[in-house]
Amino acid sequence: MQVTREELLHIAKLADLELDESEVDNYLANLEDILNFANIVNNAPVEGLDITIGANEAKNVFRKDEVKVFKDNESLLENAPDKAQNMFKIPKVIE
Amino acid sequence: MDITELTVHELQEKLKNKELTSYDITKAYIDRMNEKEKDVQAFVTTLEDDALEQAKKIDEEIKAGEVEGNFAGIPIGIKDNICTKGVKTTCSSRMLENFVSPYDATVVEKLNDEKMINLGKLNMDEFAMGGSTEYSYFKKTRNPWNLNKVPGGSSGGSAAAVASRMVPWALGSDTGGSIRQPSSFCGVVGLKPTYGLVSRYGLVAFASSLDQIGPITKDVYDSAMLLNIIAGHDDRDTTSSNQEKIDYTKCLKNDVKGLKIGIPKEFFGEGINEEVKASLEKAIEIYKELGAEVEEFSLDIAKYSLAIYYIIACAEASSNLGRFDGIRYGYRAKDFKDLKDLYRKSRSEGFGPEVKRRIILGTYVLSSGYYDAYYKKAQQVRTLVMNEFNKAFEKYDVLLTPTSPTVAFDIGSKSNNPLEMYLADICTVSVNIGGLPGISIPCGVDKEGMPIGMQLIGNKFQEGTILNAAYTYEQKTKFRENHKPTFRKGEE
Repeated sequence: MQVTREELLHIAKLADLELDESEVDNYLANLEDILNFANIVNNAPVEGLDITIGANEAKNVFRKDEVKVFKDNESLLENAPDKAQNMFKIPKVIE
Repeated sequence: MDITELTVHELQEKLKNKELTSYDITKAYIDRMNEKEKDVQAFVTTLEDDALEQAKKIDEEIKAGEVEGNFAGIPIGIKDNICTKGVKTTCSSRMLENFVSPYDATVVEKLNDEKMINLGKLNMDEFAMGGSTEYSYFKKTRNPWNLNKVPGGSSGGSAAAVASRMVPWALGSDTGGSIRQPSSFCGVVGLKPTYGLVSRYGLVAFASSLDQIGPITKDVYDSAMLLNIIAGHDDRDTTSSNQEKIDYTKCLKNDVKGLKIGIPKEFFGEGINEEVKASLEKAIEIYKELGAEVEEFSLDIAKYSLAIYYIIACAEASSNLGRFDGIRYGYRAKDFKDLKDLYRKSRSEGFGPEVKRRIILGTYVLSSGYYDAYYKKAQQVRTLVMNEFNKAFEKYDVLLTPTSPTVAFDIGSKSNNPLEMYLADICTVSVNIGGLPGISIPCGVDKEGMPIGMQLIGNKFQEGTILNAAYTYEQKTKFRENHKPTFRKGEE
């Protein structure tokens, strides 16, 4: 499985990651190795098999849509890298 | 008497008889930590002062007859991806270096309800991605049996701390073997419960359809006790199961007569170290002597499982780790042009190389053009794996395999070769793919004295069966009495 440099950079962009040159070379080689190994799934006898999305029975779990108030705003904001007036602060998004 | 040599069930007895106080126990572990942590490096955060203060308080409450809990005053260590209110939860990542959870994980609430004492948060591979604890942003934990070797991972801090007696027991998490493999490498007992038995609420998500929290302990009885504490339904985890509560210690019968043990021969084939194989073969003979019915059979899923594990786990991780954007919590880059640049720089600087590798792989297999070829195919193969396990459990009660193809390897020997590191998970990942319970117990040492682990796999929610099988073997062989970590530094 050949992954091109352009493909890798595109994927990194989708994942919001910036890679430097040495990382690109490294990950290209790793991805190729891993995907080559992963290709054995193509030999698996899966004709007609459904997909499995989880380890236990796939069923919906419902609950009442009730508002629960989390009161400890202070400790939430304690983790904010930047904050102002009891809110998370981000760079300007509208010019 | 060295307090730290005792198991938790022994400590519990001595607390009850008033032979020991919680302070005695907590102090003994902290002294041990002060002696060994410089060599082993198992902790990200230690809580000596808080722990001692809490122990004193609990002793007073015990004296006043105000405490009824069975585990009040017993210390524990917690893997650093399990949220603890007011104490840092870093996932051994720069991304969460200063993160303090505003709430407790459900399992931590349960420990607190028992009035147990948190001794500290234990090192791990960053975001639980790895099999050696070398991918921690902070430090490399060392194997107490040989300090030049890895403790395994990702719960390497938890396993090493239990093995070196710096904590009496610990919580780990297991997505593809992260409890069982380090337990095997460190000569302790590690249990990955059935998916859904233990709440994942407050466990920092890696791969949500595979993650489970479980106990790492000195012996099987302690494992059953800790599972008793943490198991149970939780509304806050929609995948949490509604099983009836079981007292797992009551399942420990010290009897395996008639137990049907299946030996999947593919798990003993290519890539399995000869000494590991020989040790497992001896264990199989012991089970036969104990009256179990042992039979070899074919379960050709190990390689498929490993391949789909890395597809599914990385796909889920790429989605789960999308939340780390440098806004509400976690690392934020210093210089950025705009919001998008803030996200990108914060994530690129905050995540380590293995985490980025898996996010990229996960994003790749989910991207249009590859989704069907990899992700969808992997989900189909997951059905195949589950079907094969179902067939196996129609015939057998327990499946027996090595926990890892090798004993603990040298620090640095695999960290630059991701695929080789992934191959070390070949015996454990299928259990997570199937959502089954699996336990690793020590079954011998190699010629260099490094522990070898045996894995027992059960059908869904049959923890009692594998715990009993493990217990019966342990009672017969007494590994802990015959083998102890030496803390030696490489070849001496």
